[in-house]
Amino acid sequence: MSKTILEIEGLRKTYGSLEVLKGIDCAVHEGEVIAIIGSSGSGKTTLLRCINMLEDFEGGTIRLDGEEIGYHAEGSMRRRKSEKDIARQRALTGMAFQQFNLFPHMTAEANVMLGLLKVKRLPKDEARAIALKWLDRVGLGDRAGHFPGQLSGGQQQRVAIARAIAMNPRLMLFDEVTSALDPELVGEVLQVIKGLAADGMTMLLVTHEMRFAYEVASRVIFMNQGVIGEDGNPREMFVAPKTERLADFLKTSSFN
Amino acid sequence: MGYTLNFAVVWRNFDRLLEGLALSLGLAVISILIGAAIGLAVAFALISKYRAASWPATAYVTLIRNLPILVLVLFAYFALPQMGVRLDKVESFVAVLAIYSGAYLAEVFRAGLLSIPKGLTEAGLAIGLTPIQIRTTIIAPLMLRNVLPSMSSTIISLFKDTSLAAAIAVPELTFQARKINVESFRVIETWIVASALYVATCALIAALMRRIERRLALPR
Repeated sequence: MSKTILEIEGLRKTYGSLEVLKGIDCAVHEGEVIAIIGSSGSGKTTLLRCINMLEDFEGGTIRLDGEEIGYHAEGSMRRRKSEKDIARQRALTGMAFQQFNLFPHMTAEANVMLGLLKVKRLPKDEARAIALKWLDRVGLGDRAGHFPGQLSGGQQQRVAIARAIAMNPRLMLFDEVTSALDPELVGEVLQVIKGLAADGMTMLLVTHEMRFAYEVASRVIFMNQGVIGEDGNPREMFVAPKTERLADFLKTSSFN
Repeated sequence: MGYTLNFAVVWRNFDRLLEGLALSLGLAVISILIGAAIGLAVAFALISKYRAASWPATAYVTLIRNLPILVLVLFAYFALPQMGVRLDKVESFVAVLAIYSGAYLAEVFRAGLLSIPKGLTEAGLAIGLTPIQIRTTIIAPLMLRNVLPSMSSTIISLFKDTSLAAAIAVPELTFQARKINVESFRVIETWIVASALYVATCALIAALMRRIERRLALPR
């Protein structure tokens, strides 16, 4: 087995009295492409958001390359790290969102350059070169000077992926990145993700695209009511689910 | 009516009115610039989840917005020196108008901040920006675009409020007009011309703001 990048142990997350994650244990290895599936409310998006501390969590640990994310022990107490430390850790993972979340007052190029300039503190020329390289990679080299409002949803999402990947993250998180897109624009975004998978990028994808999960993922995690229901090879899981829950879920989701 | 209009005296003293207008504008610009800085900081404090920040900000906005500005002007000029704070006429008026505009602009900015999607902050966090970097590079520029239309009327309001400086004998436009009025007895003419100057200046400010708005509009 290749090197472990991410180690999650006993992860618990509650919203008030509602326990959304009830103890998640999971290890992610270098180069794995993991599709996280499950019905809405199963905790899959929350899991993704805990990994880069967009959500605080109450219990358990997450380690990225051995370093604990978000919290540190102080005696027997557990304390949230400083905003500065957390920001540094967040830069180690990239994230793409359902709603793209491009900065509307910046061109595509400026969106991609922002993190390179402000977080990595690269000189402007270097940041621009990297931004153009990645915009080119997602097929938008000729749209570098366009503002988000001038791009289609699919194009915006590709810029958003370029913005995340340009930071050279250890791990990419995709949160239902095709759910807000018109059907005819889904393909171009999935194509970009496929390309990154082929490059060996380690990725966690929360997705409703079962066909895509089946084709691209090296591993599938089925979330059910705040725990991992099944975890395994997509071919086995989709063809012969071990649990009734997964079988039911696959029946109701559009596989084809 | 037995009153014949005669503008000659007013035209002879027109340069004094213009000097007054220039001072009015100067007072407004300096006060609003300081007020905008105060307003921005206070707006972020107003929406902060930390009570230690939001409580004093709310207190400031509530207090200032519920006081007539003339009371503040008189208090700063007459009462503060008794308390050991000695400012000259212009300084004390600028301080008052800055604090006053800070409270109004804070409310304008707060509304603008609330209209910015949370996802943009999260996208900034996700690439490793600190909360302060997100405010300066993403939130503030977007908020300013949002609030330009309502800011325009606030700025015009604040410009007109400079006339209250006449109460402490700052020689701005209203003060100059009153002086010409008293010296010449051309009551109607003097105030018509002074009013025209206010109206023209406000119209210019509105046009300028619309221009800035168009300039900063996001291309789509």
